[in-house]
Amino acid sequence: MSDLLKFDLLSASIALKNKEFSSLELTNAYFEAIEQTSALGAYLEIVKDHSLNMAKASDKNFKNGTLRPLEGLPIGVKDMFCTKDIKTTASSKILENFCPTYESTVTQNLWDDGAVMLGKLSCDEFAMGSSNETAAKGNVVNPWLKNSKMSPGGSSGGSASAVAARSALAATGTDTGGSIRQPAAFCGITGLKPTYGRCSRWGIVAFSSSLDQAGPLTRTVSDAALMLNSMAGHDKKDSTSANLEMPDLMNYLDKGIRGKKIGIPKEYTQDGISDDIVTFYEKSINWLKESGAEILPVSLPHTKYALPVYYIIAPAEASSNLARYDGVRYGKRNEAASLDEMYEVTRGNGFGEEVKRRIMIGTYVLSSGYYDAYYLKAQKVRRLIKEDFDNVFKEVDYILTPSTPTTSFELGKKQDPLTMYLNDIFTVPASLAGLPGISLPVGLDKSGLPIGIQLIANSFDEPGLISTARVLERSAEFNFIADGAAK
Amino acid sequence: MNEFFNLKPGQINGETGIWEMVIGLEIHAQISSKSKLFSGASASFGAEANSNVSLVDAAMPGMLPVINEFCVEQAVKTGLALNAKINNVSIFDRKNYFYADLPQGYQISQFTKPIVGEGEIIIDLDDGLQTTIGIERLHLEQDAGKSLHDQHPSKSYIDLNRTGVALMEIVSKPDIRSPQEAGAYVKKIRSILRYVGACDGNMEEGSLRADCNVSVRKSGEKFGTRCEIKNLNSVRFIIQAIQSEAERQVEILEEGGKINQETRLFDTSTGETRSMRSKEDAHDYRYFPDPDLLPLEFSDSWVQKIREKLPELPDLLKKRLVTDFGITPYDASILVEEKDYVDFYEKAANGKDGKLTANWMITELFGALKKENILLSNSPISPENLGQLVALISDGTISGKIAKDVFAEMMISKKSPSDIVKEKGLEQVSDDTEILKLIDKVISENEDKVKDYLGGKDKLFGFFVGQVMKLSQGKANPGIVNKLLKEKLK
Repeated sequence: MSDLLKFDLLSASIALKNKEFSSLELTNAYFEAIEQTSALGAYLEIVKDHSLNMAKASDKNFKNGTLRPLEGLPIGVKDMFCTKDIKTTASSKILENFCPTYESTVTQNLWDDGAVMLGKLSCDEFAMGSSNETAAKGNVVNPWLKNSKMSPGGSSGGSASAVAARSALAATGTDTGGSIRQPAAFCGITGLKPTYGRCSRWGIVAFSSSLDQAGPLTRTVSDAALMLNSMAGHDKKDSTSANLEMPDLMNYLDKGIRGKKIGIPKEYTQDGISDDIVTFYEKSINWLKESGAEILPVSLPHTKYALPVYYIIAPAEASSNLARYDGVRYGKRNEAASLDEMYEVTRGNGFGEEVKRRIMIGTYVLSSGYYDAYYLKAQKVRRLIKEDFDNVFKEVDYILTPSTPTTSFELGKKQDPLTMYLNDIFTVPASLAGLPGISLPVGLDKSGLPIGIQLIANSFDEPGLISTARVLERSAEFNFIADGAAK
Repeated sequence: MNEFFNLKPGQINGETGIWEMVIGLEIHAQISSKSKLFSGASASFGAEANSNVSLVDAAMPGMLPVINEFCVEQAVKTGLALNAKINNVSIFDRKNYFYADLPQGYQISQFTKPIVGEGEIIIDLDDGLQTTIGIERLHLEQDAGKSLHDQHPSKSYIDLNRTGVALMEIVSKPDIRSPQEAGAYVKKIRSILRYVGACDGNMEEGSLRADCNVSVRKSGEKFGTRCEIKNLNSVRFIIQAIQSEAERQVEILEEGGKINQETRLFDTSTGETRSMRSKEDAHDYRYFPDPDLLPLEFSDSWVQKIREKLPELPDLLKKRLVTDFGITPYDASILVEEKDYVDFYEKAANGKDGKLTANWMITELFGALKKENILLSNSPISPENLGQLVALISDGTISGKIAKDVFAEMMISKKSPSDIVKEKGLEQVSDDTEILKLIDKVISENEDKVKDYLGGKDKLFGFFVGQVMKLSQGKANPGIVNKLLKEKLK
């Protein structure tokens, strides 16, 4: 492995400024890594010429001294972000060869701040999945464990795998019910889902509009802060984007947590959580305590309804959001004799199993006669879940939970959708409440797989979330590197 | 037999007795806005196919709607003009269905919480009576694109220019009882929309179209099963379609049949309606709140500002015309039909005889314009010139008869009436000595008739008047001619 790959985002940024190496050298090192780790299947598309041009432009800026916050730092982009003139498929056959004429706000923000684009990263089809196994172009492999093929998690599996395998310095992800935090946990990296409304959704392929939120997958908490600084911001083109200035998160890295109150929800410590995760969860609680935080038991009584509510609301919105992929204007079309038949064959062939399942669930729960019992009821319970959090945040500043009930599993082993959905049991409640959450690695389980711990903050308290996560990160001293990168 | 002759509009004399119609209208009015409801693309009519289409309209991946505030203001303005409740919080919903000219796969509309709630308007009927029609709601929604099926033998073409254009759907209560009332209702809505400037009301270009819900019942009975006639784009078709649909329903019911709730189309060539789709085939639109849009919220003070900017509306304007200009309510109702009628009238009647001006405008000017197929806005006679003509009549400069000739000349030459009168020497002769000269001439030339008249043939008086007028080339003041002739022939 090239020495250049050992730098994380922040340290690489400093090294570039100190002219220890150029952006072109760094970017080239990453292209070598991409090649060496190609068996992981993380990248769907690389755009080397484009990347090298961006790197050269950054190097010019280093010479001129006109530096932007992410100058010359090569990153990967989840395939849910529309990228101008670069293929964007949402890992779906129905969008194969789709090339947007526009750039998503979030990625544009990153390029405007000097980041260098490496390519597009695989994910579950339309971000629907928790194992990256629904991607049209095939599985992505978790770089951990040399001798077995483990899932990187999903849906941002390509992003997590690439950052963990050091084939991207950092990556963008999207999180609807845990799609940043769960793969980050599986791959031993940091994943931050901001408050709903922090990052513009404009130009991101929509899965579930009331839940989708972009965020960074990085090696460290500081890197997450650095990335989110650039990604976030109000956007008039997204009516749900928050018109709130985000403070510079880099000022919050070392604020500490003395006197802060951390809530431990009793509903998150149930059966089915692996022993190793329980052990590290308890360790994490102690680390925070030792760092000066007060630990308080709290209750989020409606937690048990979160998953069912999520699997009504997200598919309902998806069934409508995905109606536009009809073969009429762009994307793949299968010709047929009539319009209805064309829809049937185009959508029947273009969408994978999981996407079809969710479109069907969503269509069903919105249907007349079922709407009140499912969709409307789910919206009401969603409000109760949000109120649970509102109440708890009157007592505590942050909530600590495991990120997932288990560590990564072997690819192809979980066939039952319901078991798969349980992966998101700890991440979904914060998504439904629109709250920011971060998963960071705190240790390895007995088989050598990373364990992630999640911190949840109140709306728009990303600064505090970063401060607290940094304390945990320092205590955990997670210095392991995925050793299966080049399998 | 008697019943038949006493039928009121909207009644149908069947085998089993008299039926009445129950009608409700959904009017789709395109908002006069430069850009579309949720995208910045142009909303202009008649552009080259697919030239006014933004990424949002084409429903490209990741595109999001952003509400056009101008359109919201137009809906509130219209709601206020309909005397309706303005809802400070309303919600946009998605109405989901698949069609090739609906790129998103859903129409953004308002379902459970529309921007405007209940209201009412007064409509004027031909017999001079008025009636009140309730408004159920007004909501904002996107228009769909256009499918062209006749351009290619095996393909359909899609034009997305209209996709996303802002519409207001105005739903009436089922208060309408005859096709004529329906026609008057549409005209009134159109007039209100034009007054507030929210919609140009142009039915030919499709900026105003109506769906009509029609059912029939015996007087006093509960509402019958209704059928909906879709997409009618003229007042005449609305009247025809409702009449023929109601007759069809009466025929079925009297034969012992049942009305199937369905959507029907009006065939303008046969003048009849035909089935489009039955209730069983109706879409399940799976309405739900659009998560891409926040609830639409505004303050009372914002609504108040719009209220203060509202123009004078037809009903109040009508009352004012009657009071200020002394014209009949009937004439006033004709003048307020269109905003530019009133504007023209008020300019013309300024400082003139209001009643006479109204007569000249409604009878002569409207008649002449209609004959030449000219819009009032292009009238060769300006309001000032019409007013001047009325003044010339009022002050006795010309007679009403001469005025008609002057008016005809004005239509052609666009000259002012006083210029025409001067050029052609058409001033009325009111001078006694002038007129006496003419009288003397007529008497001397008709001595035998004078004898007959004095002998008791009173009817001959008109003959003498006519002769004097003829001699004056119509310019003699008829009143004075009368008076002097009477004195002379004592």
